Amino acid sequence: MKRISPGWLLLLLLTVCFTLATVFVPRAAWWNDVPHAADWNKGQSQSDNVFKLVFGEGRRLFANEFFVMADVYFHSGYYPSMFDRQDTDRDVADPAHGQADDSNSTSDDFLGPPPDWLAALDRQFVPNRHTHLSSGGPSGHVKEVEVQEILPWLKLATDMNPQYIESYTVGAYWLCRLHMPQQARDFLFEGMHNNPGNSELQFDLGRLYQQDLHDNNLARNVWMAALRCWEAQNTSVKTNTESQLVCEEIAMNLAHLEEDEGHWPQAIDYLKIVKQVSPNPDAIQKQIDEARKK
Amino acid sequence: MNTIWALTGVVIRELYRRKDFYVLFVLTAVITVAAGSVRFFQDPNIVRYVKDLCMLLIWMSALLITIAMAARQIPAERESRTIFPLLAKPVTRGQIILGKFFGCWLASGTALAVFYLFFAIITGSREQYWPVLIYLQAFLLQWIMLGIVTAMTLLGSIVFAAPSSTVTILFIVVAGILFLGRHLNTVALHNAEPLRGIIYTIYFIIPHLELFDVRERMVNDWGLVNWLDCGLAALYAAAYTGLFLLLSWLAFRRKSLT
Repeated sequence: MKRISPGWLLLLLLTVCFTLATVFVPRAAWWNDVPHAADWNKGQSQSDNVFKLVFGEGRRLFANEFFVMADVYFHSGYYPSMFDRQDTDRDVADPAHGQADDSNSTSDDFLGPPPDWLAALDRQFVPNRHTHLSSGGPSGHVKEVEVQEILPWLKLATDMNPQYIESYTVGAYWLCRLHMPQQARDFLFEGMHNNPGNSELQFDLGRLYQQDLHDNNLARNVWMAALRCWEAQNTSVKTNTESQLVCEEIAMNLAHLEEDEGHWPQAIDYLKIVKQVSPNPDAIQKQIDEARKK
Repeated sequence: MNTIWALTGVVIRELYRRKDFYVLFVLTAVITVAAGSVRFFQDPNIVRYVKDLCMLLIWMSALLITIAMAARQIPAERESRTIFPLLAKPVTRGQIILGKFFGCWLASGTALAVFYLFFAIITGSREQYWPVLIYLQAFLLQWIMLGIVTAMTLLGSIVFAAPSSTVTILFIVVAGILFLGRHLNTVALHNAEPLRGIIYTIYFIIPHLELFDVRERMVNDWGLVNWLDCGLAALYAAAYTGLFLLLSWLAFRRKSLT
């Protein structure tokens, strides 16, 4: 058999590398940036990315792991392993869901006192306190901007499973907290493209328009669209508690918006919708009565 | 002592003659740079995932280099029959064990230093922050841990038949200790006797290599570990390294070389 000279082998390898680069670089470059809404119509979807190429549909299995990684980074590495008592609640998502960011909670101190001298020594070499990146981190004076470190994992979670709604909402919330509303809006657009008609994402987009981009008209339009999408769902979905909470939030925000602008009849209409899904209809009825007097 | 250093020098020279280190270093560099070039949400300041990935690759590469290098030392001398002129010098079997150990340990330390230099340059250039003392502490702890692994591998290379089986078994053992070691006490508490006693005994017998893993502290900016604790960990490592070297010498002393 004829021997191929090393020079030819090198040339062959360079050709293969160049060919692969021409295939992968445009894909990777597109994947790096969160695409704008206009890009969706160019025949390329977000789920059509490197991960889909490599893992196929199996990539969805990893999405939750990446979301957990965001929570691990949020706690600066202080996190229970599979052998420790686990809390299903993810602290990184709490502020996005309107819950208090309670970094001083001792209930999450899963370690407890060290059972032996080896464990006591071991704890000096690992993260050993419950802290949140958003409230000082391990040293107590980490700037809030450090929360940005969780963002890659949230992005990867949505790349792995484009139907992972919580990852979009949590990501958008932290992007807003980091004063990046345009990126938050693009991230929510991406989620809405992958999950058309999702009222939760539309609600968050409306809130972003109102609170961060200060555009009440756009916020109203998005929330109205969200309400229409919610009403178009199956009855079985609409009776779900979580779904009803989304409807309540959308209608209540619309009611407040109309109240602020003095449109009392519209505000009352929205409050009536809130009353239908609220766990506390009497309180809503009182609000309706007060609005009727104005 | 000169005999041991002469043997050590031979092993260190082997590191830069073989391709293992270069391949692993290039692979680590390429993966780290590729991961670092990805921008999430147009934010150039996100860096922890790159540090995390780079440190994982450094740990894997260091273990690969150390185990593969230490596993072939004595079998290669026997296979090429260079062990006979070596023993005829005269060099005692104990000196061979010590020479091979120090050679592998220093060689793995040299490789590790290059990896850490690369890590410091990559993260420092992105963060504009140079916590040299933290990097030095992480390097020292990992190098001390590699001492235990080197001694374990040398013992394995004498006990097991071929270098390939030594490498495989050592990888399983080291990975098992790193992943499960610190949780064995928790597992023990969830079991009834006699299983609880057996697991607890294993927990106290195995060398806890995970003690020397400060990656999470380093990546998440937890600051320096107390130097006194590091000293205790070093003593712990020295005891295990000495024990494995002693066992290696005992096994090698009785080993037939033909």
